[in-house]
Formats: sequence, structure tokens, C-alpha cells
Amino acid sequence: MGRPLIHRSPMPGLGLSMGITLTMLSLIVLLPIGALLLKGANYGLAGMWETVNRERVWTALFLSFRLSLFAAVFNLVFGVLLAWVLVRYQFWGRRILDAAVDLPFALPTAVAGLSLTALYAPRGFFGEMAAEIGWKIAYTQWGIFIALVFVGLPFVTRTVQPVIEEIEREVEEASATLGASRLYTLRHVILPMLTPAALTGFALALARAVGEYGSVIFIAGNIPLVTEIAPLLIIIQLEEFNYDAAAAIGIAMLLISFAMLLVINLIQIWSRRRIGYV
Amino acid sequence: MSDITLNKTEPVRFRSATEESPATRWTLIAIGFIGLSILVFAPLIAVFVVALADGIAASLKSLASRDARDAIRLTLTIAAISVPLNAIFGVAAAWFITKFDFRGKAFLITLIDLPFSVSPVVAGLCIVLMFGTNSLVGGWLVANGYPIVFAMPGIILATMFVTFPFVARELIPVMIEQGRAEEEAALTLGASGWRVFFTVTLPNIRWALLYGVLLCNARAMGEFGAVAVVSGKIRGQTATMPTTIEMLYQEYLSVAAFSLAAVLAMLALVTLLLKTALEIRHADQLATMRRH
Repeated sequence: MGRPLIHRSPMPGLGLSMGITLTMLSLIVLLPIGALLLKGANYGLAGMWETVNRERVWTALFLSFRLSLFAAVFNLVFGVLLAWVLVRYQFWGRRILDAAVDLPFALPTAVAGLSLTALYAPRGFFGEMAAEIGWKIAYTQWGIFIALVFVGLPFVTRTVQPVIEEIEREVEEASATLGASRLYTLRHVILPMLTPAALTGFALALARAVGEYGSVIFIAGNIPLVTEIAPLLIIIQLEEFNYDAAAAIGIAMLLISFAMLLVINLIQIWSRRRIGYV
Repeated sequence: MSDITLNKTEPVRFRSATEESPATRWTLIAIGFIGLSILVFAPLIAVFVVALADGIAASLKSLASRDARDAIRLTLTIAAISVPLNAIFGVAAAWFITKFDFRGKAFLITLIDLPFSVSPVVAGLCIVLMFGTNSLVGGWLVANGYPIVFAMPGIILATMFVTFPFVARELIPVMIEQGRAEEEAALTLGASGWRVFFTVTLPNIRWALLYGVLLCNARAMGEFGAVAVVSGKIRGQTATMPTTIEMLYQEYLSVAAFSLAAVLAMLALVTLLLKTALEIRHADQLATMRRH
């Protein structure tokens, strides 16, 4: 006899909670994703490949992925630094800084996009300063990068913060008594402990950035082959009622984000095994 | 024997071995402040500055316009329907996952988290392909007078898709940590299932539930990508606050667009304020405050 599917339990509400969970999950998430995959299957692999294998689509997919990667790397470094500052140092304004980290979660993406555009457009506050040194930010790939940094900002800090809180001072003291410099301790004792959490945050920021739409389209300028992101292509196809092409690009994006999550999970398993620390 | 003399006029201050030098510390703090000022504080201030560019009267007048009022009403309606539904799902899913042992639990949790890794635009596309007029289900529903896409039900479905994991994700770690002992004790004393839930479980998870609902609501009111795909942006009917902001902006009605954006920004600030208050007062009950 194999393991039973569901163990017997004296707890009430099995039928009700399972029913609500599975029904809503299917209706809202699984069936619609299934509809997308079915659309792709009906369109056929050849048709999907033909849609995706065009310069404009490749450029947009590559652009979305590349800039998301850059933004996630920036957020990885800045996020770990910020987490360290917020946990270890006491200073005036720490609470405000801590709360501000979450603003990108709370602020609607359209609002973020609008205000970033206002700031970085040639006549905006930062845009004007940048223009003086001949640097154009809004309506270029720099603008997309800044929007993606904004939306991914909280992830790394929020995953790393609790880990720093749990590091015991004794570990650092031991390292110091054995003659390690502060930098050596940081590099060989603290950073390895933070790696899995930091990578998790990095993956979340990356996944979020690749699919981001609202905050990017205002500042991007949406010039085909230059500043056109992949989600926008789906919108364009839908506006032309070209559902097959929209589905093909949508499936390509799904595959990219799943592949990314898989790779990051593998990195995490690897680093966990190497460091032996969750 | 050597003489050891202590120079008492110049006390040497030693730095703890587990601290950085003050210079390093203040540099790092400064980088944090400057980075967040450019990335977070500046955009937040910019929203209000542009909204009030023509004076507060002009902003208020644009908010009183028909389009703005319809958009605010629609966004509130959408949130009022989708957030409670997601809260019910979150509680049911957390109960199912933490109170029972079954095969495939990890897989179920992965499926619940799935919407976080799907682009909002792709989410909207999925809803369109499932319920649009060209689809099997959607075609039948439209023929019977229940249009989903380009109507309110579609916007609700899209909103629920993107906010799906929020409540469940917050509740599951809390309920795992609290275990089943209290509920089991209440059951052996003869309490009914609902009574156990309302008098034992709910008081234990209420702050975590509120926290999840808060974040879910902020995202539901602000969702743009998924809603832009399914709504069709029909003025007065399916234009939510974020989509109306985009329409106003494209018509170069900057003050009107930013005034509406300022309302959403204030909502975000209130959300952050409540969230911080919850974190300070009820840290022990929140999953977010612990190691994931």
C-alpha cells in the first residue's frame, strides 16, 4: 500500500477548504494559463516560431531580459548594502528609510512610471541635470533601467534583512580574534551567509522586472527595435486582434521567466550545499 | 621588571572588532540615503509637485470631473469585490495546507505562488484567451448576455490573478508556526469546526490576515498591466484609476493625470503607514518579520 493521498485528521473543514482552494486556483490561475497554452498548441509550434522569430520580437525579448538583469544586479548590490545599513546601524531617519524601501510595492506602477518620466524627461528635475552633460535618460534604455530598478528595489533588501538580524556576533568575534581583518570577515564569513537569501531576492526582482509593464511604458518612449519591451508587443498584437501572435509572445515570456526561476533555484540549491546554511 | 606607564591624558578609544570604522559606516548610510532619495523620495514628491502645478483648485476640479469620479468609483468597486474574495481564498488555502497532511503540498504552494512570476500583461492575455468572445467559454457567456472581457468581471478576474498569492503567502508561515495544538484542544472540548476557527484560529492570525489584505488591496487598486489588457478602457464603464491616468496623460492633461496619480500615491502612503504600524505593534504575529 502506498502513502495515502490525504492523511486522516480530526481537523474539521477538509472538504470546504480544499474545495475553495482548488476551485479558485483553477478558475483564476490554472484554467486561464491553460487557455494560453491551448491557444499556442492550436496555433502550432511552426506558427509560434514564425511569430517569435522576427527581429522586432527578438530585440524586444532580449531588451527586456538584458535590462532586467542589469537592474537586478544593481538591486542585488544596493539591496544588500541597504539591508546591512538598516539592521546594523542606528541613525536618525532609520525608520523612514526602512518604510521607504517598501514604497515600490505600494505605489501603483502607472503612478511610478508617470512620476519617473516627469523627473527624467529632458525638462524634468534630473533630466535637465543629465542633459547638461549630454546624457539622455527618459525615452532611452537608461529610462527603462531606472524604472526596473525602482520596481525591483524592495526584493533583495527584504529577503536579506532577516538573515543579517540572525547572524550572531560571536561568529564575527571569532573571526576577528583569529586575526581576520574586518574586510576579510565580511568577504569570507558574512557574505556567504547572505548569499542564498540575496540570490532569492535577486531572482524575485529579475522575474518582476522581465514582466514589468506599467512603470516602463511611460518612460521608455516605445521606439520599435530601440526601447520597445516584450510585454508591449503583446498589447500591440491584442489591439490588432491578433490573438495567435499575442499568445505566441506570451508563451515565450512565460518560458523565459520559468527558465530563470529554475536556474536561480538550482543556484540556491548549489550554494546551500556548498555553504551548508539555509 | 619593566615599568608600564599609562598615559591618562590621552585615552585611546578602541573600536569593537565587529564594527566598521565610523567613516565606512557613515559612507554606507549616506549611500543608502542618496540612493533612496533619488529612487523613491524624488518620484513620490514629483507626483504631488506636478499635480499641484496649477494650484490646488485646478487639481480638485479635475478630480471632480466625470471621468475621474467614474474611475475612482470603479476602482473602489473592483477592490471591494476582489480583495475579500482573495482573503477568503487565502484563509481557506492556508487552512487546507497547514491543518492537513497530503501529497503534493509543495507543488500546491508553488502553483499558488505562480502569479508572482507571470507578467501582468500575460495574466491579462490569459484571461482574454479564456473568456474573450472568440473562446469557447467566453463565446457562450457573451451569447447568454454575460460578457467577461471588456467588462467588470474581466477586470475583477485579472485583478484577482495578479493579487492571488498575497493573503495565502502571509498566512501559511504564521499558521505553520502556530501548529495545530490549540485547535485540537478546542475540538476535544467539543467545539464545532466554525467555533474553533472563529474563537481560536482567527484571533491568532488576525494581524497577519490584515497585513496580507492591506498589501493585496494596494496592488488591486493600482494594477495597471493586467487591467489594461482586459478592460478595453471604455470611459465611464471599464476605465479604472490607473488606466484613466494613462488616458489623461496621453491627452496631455498633465495636471488631471497627476492629480489622480496623487490620490493613488496617498493610498500607497496610507498603506505604508498602516503596514509599518502593524510591523511595530504585532511583529510577533507577522510572517514577514521572520526568516522565510
